[in-house]
Amino acid sequence: MHPITVTVNGTKYERQVEDRLLLSDFLRHDLLLAGTHVGCEHGVCGACTVIFDGAPVRSCLMFAAQTDGHRIETVEGLAVDRDHLHPLQQAMRDCHGLQCGYCTPGILMTMKVFLEETPNPDEAQIREALSGNLCRCTGYQHIVEAVKLAAERMRK
Amino acid sequence: MNFRLTQPAILIDINPLNELAGVNNGAGERLRVGALTRYRNLERDPATAQHLPLIAEALPHIAHPQIRNRGTIGGNLAHADPASEMPAIVLTLGGRLRAQSAKGERWIDAADFFVGALTTALEPDEMLMEVELPKAPPRSGACFMEMSRRRGDFAIIGVACTVRLDDHGRCAEARIGLCNAGDGPVFATQAARSLAGRAIGKNEIAEAAKLVQSEIDPGGSIHASKEFQRHLAGVLTMRALTKAGERARGSA
Repeated sequence: MHPITVTVNGTKYERQVEDRLLLSDFLRHDLLLAGTHVGCEHGVCGACTVIFDGAPVRSCLMFAAQTDGHRIETVEGLAVDRDHLHPLQQAMRDCHGLQCGYCTPGILMTMKVFLEETPNPDEAQIREALSGNLCRCTGYQHIVEAVKLAAERMRK
Repeated sequence: MNFRLTQPAILIDINPLNELAGVNNGAGERLRVGALTRYRNLERDPATAQHLPLIAEALPHIAHPQIRNRGTIGGNLAHADPASEMPAIVLTLGGRLRAQSAKGERWIDAADFFVGALTTALEPDEMLMEVELPKAPPRSGACFMEMSRRRGDFAIIGVACTVRLDDHGRCAEARIGLCNAGDGPVFATQAARSLAGRAIGKNEIAEAAKLVQSEIDPGGSIHASKEFQRHLAGVLTMRALTKAGERARGSA
């Protein structure tokens, strides 16, 4: 077991974790933050994407023990409060950017950092940035529209 | 590890070893990349863009941003996946790798480092510390191309090449490497040699591409037969050599 202190969505957690515990399972089972979804469990689908020290990463490809002293953001920390969604969440809702919603948390966390780094993206850049997140429902069209809309709103 | 390909009894997290991360762009003709340097750091590193154009061109093909944020150069090279881009590139550039153990350190040429699929010359008690790569010389051009089913997938075939011209605009040296074309990264010795001292023209390039096709040994998969991989290797070699030649002529 390893003692870790990790900051998730601004809250500091002190926990004992098993050596082999994946970050994705730690978030879901230990911290009960089940918004981070687990799809392929080997780094391909992108559903488990979280923000680690400011960069989107696959939480299924990291151990919880590696997060000691680091900062993590998950989809639970995205909205300002219950009534005010993050502009990306609002745009996904407005554009029907999700159907089953399984891939959505990973897409939101990937796009959050993407829009911070690329506030005025063209469509090709958005599609490239989305390439690491699989969505089997939407065909991506509405997701791309949502990211465009969110970018526009966030620039204002 | 997620695939249980390896089930280590002991696992040591080397991520806190900050001194292993980063690009050392000294005054010499070579550039050193620490084993813990992440793909994302290379993508944003001006020295890499300037001196290692082959790597800069290949980086966007390597998996996805979320993977490139964590994946390290050393981890990739020590893993030695035959379909991976970096081993083929390091081999093409003629890099060398520094391994260290409690007994001391040694430099291993890329040509000796990659032994086979997921197998390197590293001893069980050794650790990969850094890779040293030659900076692109004057009058040279590089090109990396690959074909994959989807962006970020492993390449069906990838080709890395560099061309250096002499004062008369002829090929002084060409180097050609391929990924997913055999048990490990493949260096197409004969094809590269066939270009030396000649113009980089259509016929010479077509000849080199034919030699590449005879030098590789692709495994085939459900995504592409061996025959298709071989065909693709020829086509991409022609395109990449043509591009590298153009770039060499355009460079000072």
